Amino acid sequence: MSDARPAKSLAINAALAVVAALTLFPLAWMFSASLMAPGETSVFPPPLLPRSVTLANYRELFATAGIGRQIANSALIAACATVLSLVFNLSAGYAFAKLRFAGRDATFRTLLGALVIPGQVAMMPLFLMLKQMGLVNTYAGALVPWLASVFGIFLVRQYALSIPDELLEAARIDGAGELRIFTSIVLPLLTPIVVTLAVLTFLGSWNDFMWPLIVLTDRELQTLPVALAGLSREHVQDTELMMAGSVVTVLPVLVLFLVLQRYYMQGLLMGSVKG
Amino acid sequence: MKSSSAGWIFVAPALAALGVFFVIPVASALAMSFTDFDIYALADIANLRFVGLSNYVRLLQTPLFWQALLNTFYFVVVGVPLSIAVSLGAALLLNSRLVRFKAFYRTALFAPVVTTLVAVAVVWRYLLHTRYGFLNYALAAFGIDPIDWLGDPHWAMPAIIVMSVWKNFGYNMVILLAALQAVPAELYEAARIDGASALRQLRDVTLPALAPVLLMVSILTMAGHFQLFAEPYVMTQGGPAQRTITVLYFMYDEGFKWWSLGSASAVAFVLFVIMFAVTLLQLRAARYTEAA
Repeated sequence: MSDARPAKSLAINAALAVVAALTLFPLAWMFSASLMAPGETSVFPPPLLPRSVTLANYRELFATAGIGRQIANSALIAACATVLSLVFNLSAGYAFAKLRFAGRDATFRTLLGALVIPGQVAMMPLFLMLKQMGLVNTYAGALVPWLASVFGIFLVRQYALSIPDELLEAARIDGAGELRIFTSIVLPLLTPIVVTLAVLTFLGSWNDFMWPLIVLTDRELQTLPVALAGLSREHVQDTELMMAGSVVTVLPVLVLFLVLQRYYMQGLLMGSVKG
Repeated sequence: MKSSSAGWIFVAPALAALGVFFVIPVASALAMSFTDFDIYALADIANLRFVGLSNYVRLLQTPLFWQALLNTFYFVVVGVPLSIAVSLGAALLLNSRLVRFKAFYRTALFAPVVTTLVAVAVVWRYLLHTRYGFLNYALAAFGIDPIDWLGDPHWAMPAIIVMSVWKNFGYNMVILLAALQAVPAELYEAARIDGASALRQLRDVTLPALAPVLLMVSILTMAGHFQLFAEPYVMTQGGPAQRTITVLYFMYDEGFKWWSLGSASAVAFVLFVIMFAVTLLQLRAARYTEAA
């Protein structure tokens, strides 16, 4: 058995290295091709690295296509979605975990039941409703689905369950009001799940496609994925330019994920044990 | 402020938001699916008529809707098992005690999950290019002639499945890896003492221990796969020969291209019912195998 170890170890590590290389290749090539001169990728065999590094595609993207505007839109919408989702979900998640009120458990079960309904079912009436309210083609229209989410409430609730009741009781005996208890005792304890929910919401909103595609038709208001999908139809042949556009879209969320990976993974694993 | 009233006050904003922007729209969608809500009703609501089930009946008589259903089922039936198999394989590799740089590999394999779908779909369009794409270049090394991935009706959906497996396998991999780490080491110890081979250990120890997680993962993955939209929107625009039109793509065109919002709502409900039925079927099958 000890003889087989080194060979087995080598095989497993080599297999993983190959899988990782294949997985990272599309992303690595996206970066590489974004630095190539226009037309450079359209040869056989396809080049791996630029002959000479150029930022021409990025200049074109910002100067001609005006992508700066869409970056700002995406950043603003994702940031607002994050703040709003925290405001709505934190207090609800905490209350479902720790405050006793009539109908609490039945309400929570109903919410979980609603998870089986795909969000797209609501899109047609939601669009009409926002049209009535004059919110089509506004940032507010893009933000509406991000206010409260069953998943967000669930995530906060699961985490808040671990807060000891004695801590809250002691504060009540000291005469603290429920709002005061929430802001000065509960919120600090919830910090890890606040970061988790924030990063999940930011990434979710940044990467979202179908709803912004529907509700933001004005180019000046579009988010990056919507603008990129539009650009890719107009510039099918401009591989290098499109790679630069993809880099600009992917890089912010990739960096954010790498920095806050621990929190992201925690959310993913907690969300998957809803059973 | 009493605790009981405080509870309702704390959940009220979230419930109100969900009520106004989710529950009411879902209920309205059901109502709308029984009307002929179209561009004329959009202009003047007086043009709206109740039409009973005729949206549903007309859908069932629309060949493109059947094509969309067929394409979506193709994506689900092939894509879901493939995706979970790749996730499981990667998780098993990562779970080995012999692996070095485990954290790096986990992050590397997970990276596609957090990337923007539209952006990587754009990237894959070029990787799948018939003449200049890397996929055909790699296949040429094995003597395989270039495939027109996104232009050939037979290959467009497989190409989207490949891209989608690449994009998503890291998600289930992380969940399965956590489940693998929770399998008691004594079980493997006992199997080894009994002389069970690695393959038998996988079949008799690992897979049974993972069964509940695999069930959950397959239900969630299937729900995700039924909602295929952005990949065909960016990579094929539903083509070639409408082989990548999905149910949601059909709904989008129906609702927001042709403004037949009544008919689009009916499409959404058909999708919902199918997803619900398939989930129940999976739960039923799981309970059955558990009992057997």
